[in-house]
Amino acid sequence: MGLFAQCYSNNKFSNTLKNSNVKYKSLVITNPEDLMFGIAPNPVKTRRGLEIGGGQVYAELNFTLPVMSINENTLSEVYGHYREITEGALERALELNSKGVVLELETLLEMTKTPKIGIGIVKIMNEICEDYYQKYGLASEIRLTPNDLREFERPAKQRTSAYLEPMMELFEQGMIEGGDLLSIESTGGKEVSDEALMMCDVKGVVFALAVLGVRDMQFLWKKIVSLAIKYNKIAAGDSACGFANTAMVLAEKKYIPRVFAALVRVISVVRSIVAMEEGAIGPDKDCGYEGPFLKAITGIPISMEGKTAACAHLSPIGNIASACCDLWSNESVQNIKLLSGMAPTAYMEQLEYDARLINQALIAGTVPSHILQQLLVASDVYTDPQALILSPENVIRISKELVKGDSYVANARNGALAALDIIEEVLRSGKMKLSELETGYLPILRDELNSIPENESDFVEMMMPLIDQSKFIPAEYGL
Amino acid sequence: MEELLEELLEAVELGKVDLKSPFPPQLRGMDGALELTVKALESGVGPQQILESALVPAMDRVGKKFSENKIFVPQMLMSAKAMGASMTQLKPFFTSGEIKTKGTFIIGTVKGDLHDIGKNLVAMMVEGAGWTVIDLGVDVPSTRYLEALSNNPGAVVALSALLTTTMVYMGEIVSDIKAQIPDAKVFIGGAPVNNDFCKKIGADFYAPDPQGVVEHLNKLAS
Repeated sequence: MGLFAQCYSNNKFSNTLKNSNVKYKSLVITNPEDLMFGIAPNPVKTRRGLEIGGGQVYAELNFTLPVMSINENTLSEVYGHYREITEGALERALELNSKGVVLELETLLEMTKTPKIGIGIVKIMNEICEDYYQKYGLASEIRLTPNDLREFERPAKQRTSAYLEPMMELFEQGMIEGGDLLSIESTGGKEVSDEALMMCDVKGVVFALAVLGVRDMQFLWKKIVSLAIKYNKIAAGDSACGFANTAMVLAEKKYIPRVFAALVRVISVVRSIVAMEEGAIGPDKDCGYEGPFLKAITGIPISMEGKTAACAHLSPIGNIASACCDLWSNESVQNIKLLSGMAPTAYMEQLEYDARLINQALIAGTVPSHILQQLLVASDVYTDPQALILSPENVIRISKELVKGDSYVANARNGALAALDIIEEVLRSGKMKLSELETGYLPILRDELNSIPENESDFVEMMMPLIDQSKFIPAEYGL
Repeated sequence: MEELLEELLEAVELGKVDLKSPFPPQLRGMDGALELTVKALESGVGPQQILESALVPAMDRVGKKFSENKIFVPQMLMSAKAMGASMTQLKPFFTSGEIKTKGTFIIGTVKGDLHDIGKNLVAMMVEGAGWTVIDLGVDVPSTRYLEALSNNPGAVVALSALLTTTMVYMGEIVSDIKAQIPDAKVFIGGAPVNNDFCKKIGADFYAPDPQGVVEHLNKLAS
């Protein structure tokens, strides 16, 4: 028995284990018909005039470097790539009569470890954005997403790592240089999640996301929101990319069951909503397919990605992902030459055409909007359990279960059980078909979920002896 | 004796770790790999025969089922755990040199990269195929690969990367390794790399999936 488990069994930490700060107890959107693309109950207005969730969908372009290293000798080349990407994207958006664009700078290791590199890139991008705004009136904003450096230490020191300093410096100085929307793909709980995903261990996933992930999000987002308030910027949101998207990609590779990946997506909601509980206002980040649930529960606008993200990863949710998006994204594409031009420019065009179609439906009115949404949903919904849970009806049904408990653990369990009910119902109806290899996991997952207790303390007590405690440091999560 | 080895093979193939293990349901209450290995040794079955006639063929079947999409990773990991339980009983024979693995396989995710799910999967499958695996973890610079190689002469080295900005380090690491140990075999893998890149940086083998690594290693061993 590890040291923590010994202490825990003596109940020495029982008072520190209470974590019932669940804020959202009901849904802002209760009617599936109101969960619509381009319209969020709490839209976000930006510095240059975008109103995200205010009645139209904007493109959000994501990009990365081609194959190259980042060091002192290549810095000018690195900056040159980001200049080329930004100019190419905005020029194309302008030519396509774009109503506005978000550009996401998701930094790579070196850009966060040495914040002046990331800050320099934000500055270059912002100057170009401002130029296009002043000369042509094209409104664009930069989403600044520093990568979470803390996982470079194993086990990670979530609260005491020296890596927190450069991350926060990049947030702060990057904001000053023009990063207006703040996001991160934080990694608290990933130490446990990775193994739980590979073992199809749903209780391990709940522990990683609803206990460790929630606690780390509370710690991290207090800092981010406080910085955003200080500089009058927008604390946007956090994506469970390293958890639920990892599950989706593993399922796509046939490493783990798709039904399990669908449940991981639902469980990730209780972790990602903590950013909103701490004061984030959206738009939530593109690779967080938990976004529709966050929109239903909190009313914030969300960014989503689907078929346009095939350049980065495959997915079974290409159309349905856009059913209630407010920003439409491509995840990430390398700055390489295609026949038409540079890849980010080409993806800007694809995103703009998708946004243009959606916006035309919105202009045409409620009925055409619903028809387009229904087509987007119907084309995917019964092809995969991960698509199934994203239909507006199912998002609302599952979201109600995600807020009815008194703890994050209970909400995660209830939401996952609701998703399981929905999957089994459509299997029984014959609308969706899954292999026996997949369906064999359904009763196992239900039994495992049913064994999860209501409150966090009991769940932690249940899980600690089962988890490899060399992988994470309980004190770094306030445990 | 053959019946015992067949039972052990089945226990490992189906992921039955020990008597207490509830998985798989159809073997509940029955001996697992741990007890069956003890029984086999007590019955006079040689440790090398246990390895070659039960454990390695079991993991070979598991690898084939996985590559044919007949099982998911969790089932494969349970088999690996069952094999691990058996190996705890065989460990003294490895130490004494009475049984030998097929070779040593050093694996790590390269400098600047933290992605390790694929790397862990490869390590597990290679170990199941009868190799000694040294996992260097993530964010591994060339010095650590070289150190591991100098401690394990003749070992095969595998480099993993998942980013376009970290795959470039593979070239540096391969150069460093080949400069010091020209006949060292270096494998590469990961989402952004391919066979052309493998050739370009002077690595010896690229595998798109874990099973490909195992198959090529077995060719080397034979």
